[in-house]
Amino acid sequence: MTTTLQPLDIQAIRRDFPLLSRVFHGKPVVYLDSAVSGQMPLPVIERMSHYEREEHTNVHRGVSTLSQEATDRYEEAREKVRGFLGAASTREIVWTRGTTEALNLVAQSFGRMVVQEGDEILLSAMEHHANIVPWQMLAQEKGATIKVIPMNDAGELILDGLDELITARTKVLGLVHVSNVLGTINPVKEIIARAHAKGVPVVVDGAQAVPHLAVDVRDLDADFYAFSGHKLSGPTGIGVLYGKLAHLEAMPPWQGGGSMIRSVSWEKTTYMPAPGKFEAGTPPIAAAIGLGAALDYVQALGLDRIAAHEHELLAYATAKLSALPGLRVIGNAKEKASVLSFVVDGIHPHDMGSLLDGEGVVVRAGHHCAQPVMTRFCIPATTRASFAYFNTREEVDILVSAIQKAIELFK
Amino acid sequence: MTDPRELYQQVILEHNKKPRNFGKLEPCTHHAEGHNPLCGDQLDLTLIVEHGLVQEVKFQGSGCAIDVASASLMTQAVKGRPVAEAEAMAEQFRGMVRGELDPATQTPLLGKLVLFQGVKDLPSRVKCAVLPWATLHAALKGEAEASTE
Repeated sequence: MTTTLQPLDIQAIRRDFPLLSRVFHGKPVVYLDSAVSGQMPLPVIERMSHYEREEHTNVHRGVSTLSQEATDRYEEAREKVRGFLGAASTREIVWTRGTTEALNLVAQSFGRMVVQEGDEILLSAMEHHANIVPWQMLAQEKGATIKVIPMNDAGELILDGLDELITARTKVLGLVHVSNVLGTINPVKEIIARAHAKGVPVVVDGAQAVPHLAVDVRDLDADFYAFSGHKLSGPTGIGVLYGKLAHLEAMPPWQGGGSMIRSVSWEKTTYMPAPGKFEAGTPPIAAAIGLGAALDYVQALGLDRIAAHEHELLAYATAKLSALPGLRVIGNAKEKASVLSFVVDGIHPHDMGSLLDGEGVVVRAGHHCAQPVMTRFCIPATTRASFAYFNTREEVDILVSAIQKAIELFK
Repeated sequence: MTDPRELYQQVILEHNKKPRNFGKLEPCTHHAEGHNPLCGDQLDLTLIVEHGLVQEVKFQGSGCAIDVASASLMTQAVKGRPVAEAEAMAEQFRGMVRGELDPATQTPLLGKLVLFQGVKDLPSRVKCAVLPWATLHAALKGEAEASTE
């Protein structure tokens, strides 16, 4: 039996995004840059505003009703994240500033614990700098080596040699779920199973995955899974590290201070159990509550309906763009999320970015914090359009005609 | 806010397509490499300076149209000029694209290079236009590298 999804009411959704009625250079904005940062819908903005107006204080402190209320809202947001990721317990949900901080936490705490001199850290060829640099820093400190899972010209990981790449010295595997440049959805579950078969834990960078597809960390059997609030219709400054409880319990704290301790004396300090021991200092409370509201928002729309809509836009845009003279799509994986990178003969991506901006079309031009991916495809940069649930076919048409104008100008 | 399109005038597009003085001088008296790490723009600039004059100048590398056209027009502008004048032009160019100098009155040495004045309204592109001039400055000072971020 097949069930047909009720399509999203895009026009109603768009009314939740005041920014979409802005005008740039006399043209209505076409926001195709959700992979850089998703826009926040009004219910999220209003929830955060309500907190700041009427509930603002600190959490896990004091006996006041106000403080208890803020703590409850803050912890409810953690429970929402737990549900969203399918984690077993809120003790497995650590608040961070974003994906980058989450990955640094894993490298600095877990990585330092398990990686020793001569060991290997395995990463994929399509990692964002956030899942490269923390491991390079660790490798340098420990005298370990970074190895890379290669990819093909379509932008798919080549997994034939994976079992040979994972050696007895491999202590951790870092893997991006969805590539921020290529849009590739990696077969994370399969890779995790193969890594686990050799006893290697896997750290997944989910920043670009969670906005587009339903993630179940227990189904994936991920050891760690990181994402950012602001790519998921939430605010900046808040992110999540999911970690299996056994790992989090074994790991040492990485930043010290208030909140993360149980007791402090000059002789000895004891720490909170996970996740508290990883959360030193006052957290971004409004942002955490805002992220909770964002999860409510996207779950009410339905991740399956979001995925269906975005997939349709991606297919439409890919067909339209591919037909343009001299345009080459970078990233042609079979399994793709709604991220569309391209280059055009004779037009540098930065010129393309500026010219599209002149048409009100907001895209990203650059190396997307993934310089090894640029090197792999022998290009300095790409122009990237990324589609969210509030985008429309008409907006794709505006993108196409803006690219056409640029091609005409540079002829 | 200026329409970015206005910057892409025919002169800039034409110099991007057919850059002048493209290549490398071997031997040369001065050499520097320019990088724009954020964009990945790269520029290799070689000069022959004799008797205080820029006798020859060539560039090669890859970058956006603003960068390439700026480099091409720069080589034309400084060729045959005294070093001190080339340095003064670099100062005026930098001031103009940052919006600190008025091209109508304060950049007398720039001539047709004032067509880059629109860059001041596109802050993210200022570094592209300035990269060749920063590289020239580095080469004339005897520094190996220039970087605009």
